[in-house]
Amino acid sequence: MNMDLKKDLDAPHSMGTTIIGVTYNGGVVLGADSRTSTGVYVANRASDKITQLTDNVYVCRSGSAADSQIVSDYVRYFLHQHTIQQGQPATVKVAANLVRLLSYNNKDILQTGMIVGGWDKYEGGKIYGIPLGGTIIEQPFSIGGSGSSYLYGFFDQAWKEGMTKDEAELFDILLQQLVVKAVSLAIARDGASGGVVRTVIINSEGVTRNFYPGDKLPLWHEELEPQNSLLDILNASSPEPMNIQ
Amino acid sequence: MSLSESNQAQHNSLLSSDSQRTLYPYVTGTSVVALKYKDGILMAADMGGSYGSTLRYKSVERMKPVGKHSLLGASGELSDFQELLRYLDELILYDNMWDDGNSLGPKEVHNYLTRVMYNRRNKFNPLWNTLVLGGVKNGQKYLGTVTMIGVHFEDNHVATGFGNHLARPILRDEWHENLSFEDGVKILEKCMRVLLYRDRSAVNKLQIAKITEEGVTISQPYSLKTFWGFSAFQNPTVGAEGSW
Repeated sequence: MNMDLKKDLDAPHSMGTTIIGVTYNGGVVLGADSRTSTGVYVANRASDKITQLTDNVYVCRSGSAADSQIVSDYVRYFLHQHTIQQGQPATVKVAANLVRLLSYNNKDILQTGMIVGGWDKYEGGKIYGIPLGGTIIEQPFSIGGSGSSYLYGFFDQAWKEGMTKDEAELFDILLQQLVVKAVSLAIARDGASGGVVRTVIINSEGVTRNFYPGDKLPLWHEELEPQNSLLDILNASSPEPMNIQ
Repeated sequence: MSLSESNQAQHNSLLSSDSQRTLYPYVTGTSVVALKYKDGILMAADMGGSYGSTLRYKSVERMKPVGKHSLLGASGELSDFQELLRYLDELILYDNMWDDGNSLGPKEVHNYLTRVMYNRRNKFNPLWNTLVLGGVKNGQKYLGTVTMIGVHFEDNHVATGFGNHLARPILRDEWHENLSFEDGVKILEKCMRVLLYRDRSAVNKLQIAKITEEGVTISQPYSLKTFWGFSAFQNPTVGAEGSW
């Protein structure tokens, strides 16, 4: 039993994860949970899985924490040089293809799936999914990580093509609500996802980071309103002794 | 799909210095079916990208034009297909740079792909695809296939993956010389419908591509109607409750 414990605590850090990226007319909204685990232990309950590559392009990371960090570090480094050479911000497509190159050429070693999202002046808001193996696929929205298994059905019915029409400026807020709802649904069912929901909105105006703590997320089936103590419940209801339901 | 296995394989390869490099496909496309008809080649493929048993991507274009005269369809690992398209881009670019009025025909592209696939196989690092290459040049129709281990041949009709088992018998029965466009499409749709019923990785969203002397046309994505009205489907376990 001691050996098992050791194996768990020394297990590589993995971000089980739920990551999401959606486009709208004007930009993108990226979302992620915040749990990093080593085996069954939660090594970090407030990680930031949405990492900046440039001012206008971010990446959602899932899978091996080490692998995804090193890939994003390299891509940030290359993009920095590329921006200097171009004299203007890098496009989302270039950033995504750099991630693809590293993922594809090291496919036998790396174990990380990523979603690259951002805004540039040529194509507007774009999302690129880069799963295991290094396939690159441009999508109106993308989901990834172990928690995404629970969201295929949700997005099949919640995502409407109308999401790309230019509604009110509040559209990015509406879409953000959708992303937060989705991540929190995944957290409810995926042991490898949890903690807080972080979102990043990227558009022509810039970048906005948001933070939704675990206790502010909506409650789903079989989940109860959190309390400070049983004592509060007992005192709130009639002064009867504890009864078994 | 057990991703933990790949960690084991990687650990072993570190010990034996990289000579073990057979990979695992992650995101895969299923069958491609193609046939020769009166004016050229017709090819069909669905738009699915599966991730193990999950039908993860449903808008993947698995057929792409190559140069002026050829059309390439692929099943297997999508990232390897994307890489092949890059190799082919370079090949076509260099061909155009000669600016000698000559351009690579389907036979040449097929041969190039065969060499690439076979050489990768010899290094135990295959491109995990089965390819279908069709085209027309100077009135000559050409249809060939290459597998991930370098097996290659040409024929009047070809299929990959499940298509080998389900589509080829239909093609053997119904194909003949000088099919019209309409008849060709009908045969391909018959094959694709059977694949939709019987292949777990099939998705109901497909494209049919045509290549003639004039060039390549790839249809818009569309879905096939399916038939479920057999009376035998209504109450199959009546008289034998619990059976299936």
